[in-house]
Amino acid sequence: MAPYASDDSTTGGEVDEQHSRRRKAARYVVPVTVVGVAAATIGLVPALADSGDPDLPKITAQQLIQKIAESDVEQLSGTVKVSTDLGLPNLGGLESGLMSGAAGGGESGSSADPTAKLTELATGTHTLRVAADGPDRQKLSLLENAAEYSLIHNGKDVWAYDSKSNEVYHGTASDSPERGKDRQPPATPKDFAEEALKAVDDTTSVTVDGTAQVAGRDAYKLLVEPRQSGSTVGAITVAVDAETGTPLKFTLTPASGGAAVVDVGFTQVSFARPAASTFDFTPPKGAKVTEEKDAGKDFGKDFGKDFDKAGKGEARRHAPEAGKDLGEGPDGMKTIGEGWNAIATFDTGGEGVPSGEAAGQFGGFLDSLGDKVTGKFGSGTVFSTRLINALVTDDGKVYVGAVTKDALVKAADAGK
Amino acid sequence: MSRAEAAPTVRPVSPWWTLGLLRNELTTTFRRWRTLALLAVLAGVPILVGIAVRIETGDGSPPGGGGGEGPAFIAQITNNGLFLVFTALAATLPFFLPMAVGVVAGDAIAGEAGAGTLRYLLVAPAGRTRLLLTKYATVVLFCLAATLVVAVSALAVGALLFPLGDLTTISGTRIGFAEGLGRALLIALAVAASLTGVAALGLFVSTLTNSGIAAMATTVGLLITVQILDQIPQLHALQPYLFSHYWLSFADLMREPVYWDELRKNLGLQALYAAVFGTAAWARFTTKDITA
Repeated sequence: MAPYASDDSTTGGEVDEQHSRRRKAARYVVPVTVVGVAAATIGLVPALADSGDPDLPKITAQQLIQKIAESDVEQLSGTVKVSTDLGLPNLGGLESGLMSGAAGGGESGSSADPTAKLTELATGTHTLRVAADGPDRQKLSLLENAAEYSLIHNGKDVWAYDSKSNEVYHGTASDSPERGKDRQPPATPKDFAEEALKAVDDTTSVTVDGTAQVAGRDAYKLLVEPRQSGSTVGAITVAVDAETGTPLKFTLTPASGGAAVVDVGFTQVSFARPAASTFDFTPPKGAKVTEEKDAGKDFGKDFGKDFDKAGKGEARRHAPEAGKDLGEGPDGMKTIGEGWNAIATFDTGGEGVPSGEAAGQFGGFLDSLGDKVTGKFGSGTVFSTRLINALVTDDGKVYVGAVTKDALVKAADAGK
Repeated sequence: MSRAEAAPTVRPVSPWWTLGLLRNELTTTFRRWRTLALLAVLAGVPILVGIAVRIETGDGSPPGGGGGEGPAFIAQITNNGLFLVFTALAATLPFFLPMAVGVVAGDAIAGEAGAGTLRYLLVAPAGRTRLLLTKYATVVLFCLAATLVVAVSALAVGALLFPLGDLTTISGTRIGFAEGLGRALLIALAVAASLTGVAALGLFVSTLTNSGIAAMATTVGLLITVQILDQIPQLHALQPYLFSHYWLSFADLMREPVYWDELRKNLGLQALYAAVFGTAAWARFTTKDITA
């Protein structure tokens, strides 16, 4: 008992009461402080870690591109974070249902089929692990919740293992070493950077935009921007490792602003030789193994087609040269324009997008995804994402490109 | 009575005395029928899962219909019984394990208050802070015991019903059985650590009320609420701060090489919850009027 509490005057009692209440409240300061310190740490640590761009010798854009080209890194392992925000309509389960139906070819359905799996990369944020040891041994793993999807290339064999369903897909890479490569949609910053640099010509400005720290390494930032207007591509930034010339981070921002459409970067990287056991794969006992032949199709070829059919060619064409890269697409493809404003066009021979009445509910659903436009060419529907826009005219012509809606309409007018 | 903690402790308390207090708490907790029943239920889950998988795959068909549904790792159980440990932990972690912890933690203070025994505990020269720490240590040890019960039961059932041997990690590489066992132990520890956040939360709730049932119900209710919030995509900005968000990260220990990012985040988050609700429980318990 506090000494003055024996005083029976009312004021003394009140003081005591207040005092004890204050003392009680004071203890709650501790948890509140803990919360505050935690919040401050969460807020400040990334900011502090980011500070201080490394001091590196000056270099010209030309030298930097040279450096990327000459880079001969054969051994590498690391973790890559891929975020894509194409602004595709969010169809949730429906979308993945359609995708797996289209991409897996329906009945062949092994969930370990790379075609079905890697299309997932087209949306959202994913964590990948890559490991490479020379041209013959590579591994790419897609980290999922309590599961992993691995694509392992070791000499002649290409294995795909889906730990969630315990299914294995086996193919061979013997006939042409390049084919194995073609199968994979771009996943590492290097793949993206190569695609982007293919597009470098007189329609492009390339500059070195300072330095940065990526995955704990010093890197130069290469800034690639389209010179023409009308492209939906705002800028591409490639962070290039100063020592090895390996692209470490690739960011594509749209002209419309906002978050990056594609952001691929190492969060951790090592240039040491990965352990040999990384590339060893024996199908686990009891796993369902699908041989490439069993699947009854040359999937390398079908890959591109299915992809386009599913209406998600974007995944394959994140890179700015959307129009140029469509060589293998549907027949009768033509390219209008050049550089960043290239527009691919083809005639479906059909009647455009089935409209509301003609196609019942499905038509209404399609209409809700696109915008009606009219021009000298007649009328049509524009389907837009944050990067790729497509115009389907009512007489069945399709115009696709990484350009604005107006540019598509202009192209369609000119084509008339 | 309200100032019991303010009375000066004349005699310094030896650390052995604290250990004795902890031992008393542990025997009281683990001798309770309620605790034993909870542990029995937890031991039963792997048995059920094991038998179900065994029956389903008796004719050679892959489990889960090959579609990859069901708890994590369920597809691998038939090739290696050790995977039953991981499946059982993945199956119990979202609900059974934290519920058991919530019951024990919620009962810790409020149960004593409800039974009228709390004041007798405080008559002993333990001090409230020490008593609270002992209670929390008991709950944390219960987390570990509950997790180990699930793991050991799953290992026994797995060894009985399925073959053991080298196993394939989810990254596709192979590791020996001994290393597999080592990883199973690490996973059990990671799961037990995942529960320390709920334990602290439950203890805090337990200091708020004098009714053991109310504290348990509130803790379990909060657990369910948080699990639901973690499923709502619109709340993704909030989700990394929910204590259950990184629970399944224990599966990252089965990758090769181990992916530490989320495991580290999980441990940090649990430590944060333990610190926040632990100190909140301390603030409440040391200033509260003990009337029962």
